[in-house]
Amino acid sequence: MPGTLAPLSDRRDRALVPVVDIRAAEKIFSNGMRGLAPIDLTVRRGEFLTLIGPSGCGKSTLLKLIAHLIQPSSGDLSWWGQDFSHVGEPERRIAFVFQDATLMPWSRVDANVRLPLDLAQVKMDEAVPRVAAALENVNLTKFARSFPRQLSGGMRMRVSIARALVTDPDLLLMDEPFGALDEFTRNKLDDDLLRLSSERGLTTIFVTHSLYEAVFLSTRVIVMAANPGRIFGEFIVDESEPRGDEFRTSDRFAQLSRGLSEMLNRASVAGSSAM
Amino acid sequence: MAQEKLTRTLAPVVVGILLLAVWQGGCRLGHVPVYLFPAPSDIAQSFVKQWPLLVRALWTTLAITLEAFVISVVLGTLIAFVFVQNKLIEQSLFPYAVLLQVTPVVAVAPLIIILVKNTNVSLTICATLVAIFPMISNTTIGLRSVDPGLSSFFKMSKASRFDTLVRLRIPSALPFFLAGLRISSGLALIGAVVAEFVAGTGGQSAGLAYQILQAGFQLDIPLMFAALLLIALSGVLLYMLMVALSRALLGQWHESSMTEEA
Ligand SMILES: Nc1ncnc2c1ncn2[C@@H]1O[C@H](COP(=O)(O)OP(=O)(O)OP(=O)(O)O)[C@@H](O)[C@H]1O
Ligand SMILES: [Mg+2]
Repeated sequence: MPGTLAPLSDRRDRALVPVVDIRAAEKIFSNGMRGLAPIDLTVRRGEFLTLIGPSGCGKSTLLKLIAHLIQPSSGDLSWWGQDFSHVGEPERRIAFVFQDATLMPWSRVDANVRLPLDLAQVKMDEAVPRVAAALENVNLTKFARSFPRQLSGGMRMRVSIARALVTDPDLLLMDEPFGALDEFTRNKLDDDLLRLSSERGLTTIFVTHSLYEAVFLSTRVIVMAANPGRIFGEFIVDESEPRGDEFRTSDRFAQLSRGLSEMLNRASVAGSSAM
Repeated sequence: MAQEKLTRTLAPVVVGILLLAVWQGGCRLGHVPVYLFPAPSDIAQSFVKQWPLLVRALWTTLAITLEAFVISVVLGTLIAFVFVQNKLIEQSLFPYAVLLQVTPVVAVAPLIIILVKNTNVSLTICATLVAIFPMISNTTIGLRSVDPGLSSFFKMSKASRFDTLVRLRIPSALPFFLAGLRISSGLALIGAVVAEFVAGTGGQSAGLAYQILQAGFQLDIPLMFAALLLIALSGVLLYMLMVALSRALLGQWHESSMTEEA
């Protein structure tokens, strides 16, 4: 039976099932704009996958397809080998961090972080310690009772990350989460993100415009090209964890960055010549 | 900071006292007759003498204003909720809401007063026609003004319709709704007064506007001023109540009701 998978009985099998499997998914918008040419992509458990490419190449579109916020015009997606209706069940949780923090301005920081638990009808006495732990993780315990507008941009982004992590997700989707931040804060959040995702065995799909960030964070980088949006190539970063400042300043990092930069240049040439 | 606040409340009071003094002095020194332009002391006297009459009139006008306001809030909000359910419903009904809004109430009032036997009911209808539009349009805009990112977040979290309404749409709409309340409360009073004038010329009604008309016929100018003052004060009071309500509900998070240092 093509397209379906046998039910999972063994936990070891589960590790082999792709977290997300995209087969020939294409997105044509209602105005006729072709956001994505048919794309094939398999994301495995524990990967830190980064999407990079020129503006308009369909990175956000691809991420929204994976988040089921939009539907493909043709092609298929599966999550843990099944359709989207099973997403949200234990070991099949997805969290999304957007480009801006998208907090509820009328709620305090702790209530913002608790939102996904409230929506999942988690009881207060279970939710409260989880929120406290999530805030602890992003070093915001002292600001639990603040309103979002009383925080800096970087702090708000950390609240947004805490809100994503409080559900204990198995797949974390992030669309340029640190784009608006200064380099220092960004590096710090990158470090935190790497620590958190390796601690929890997260699978992460990350969008960025910074090739250094891509090299620093990823196990695999997907380089995309525009007109129409498609996958141009992929770039493996086989550097073991933990990665820290030594990695950032190493020759190996510089070499990897150069390699990715060259591929990115070729991708943007390919994207503009097709116009 | 505290001093600035003190100046802000004291300054208008000082100006008011000065104006009253100049007014009083001007009337007395210029020997202006009371039936042309009464001095503040004449108006105060009229207040004391006619107090029972004025209170009854004030109560009549306020009752109509409040009735119209409450109906506008409830009905306007309900209509807004219907509008946001379905674009087609909004598109087919919104022009009629605008039609209501742009038709001057003075022009419709005589018709309504003739059609509806009970004066109070007809006046309330007139005032509601004036006050309801800002509630409809503001609440509709508010319910639609949900942050798209947050909306996606709710969708991704598989939030129920009820949760999305209570936790997202209503809080997002609240600042707009409250702005609507401020406008609508003032309009309800204006609507009530205007409708009373129309009804008053026909000898019906008993509110403040009717007292102004009657006082005009009898050349009781101080009474006219006293009634006018009460209308103005009611308007200010309503507005201040609405501002206080906004503060209480939004104070902590929304910019529109924030002081600079907060
Ligand atoms: N809702 C939409 N309707 C029509 N076209 C859209 C829509 N969303 C995106 N597009 C188009 O699809 C293409 C890909 O958009 P997308 O947002 O995925 O790009 P991106 O790679 O995320 O770019 P950026 O790096 O600037 O965020 C763009 O050309 C865009 O114009
Ligand atoms: Mg994007």
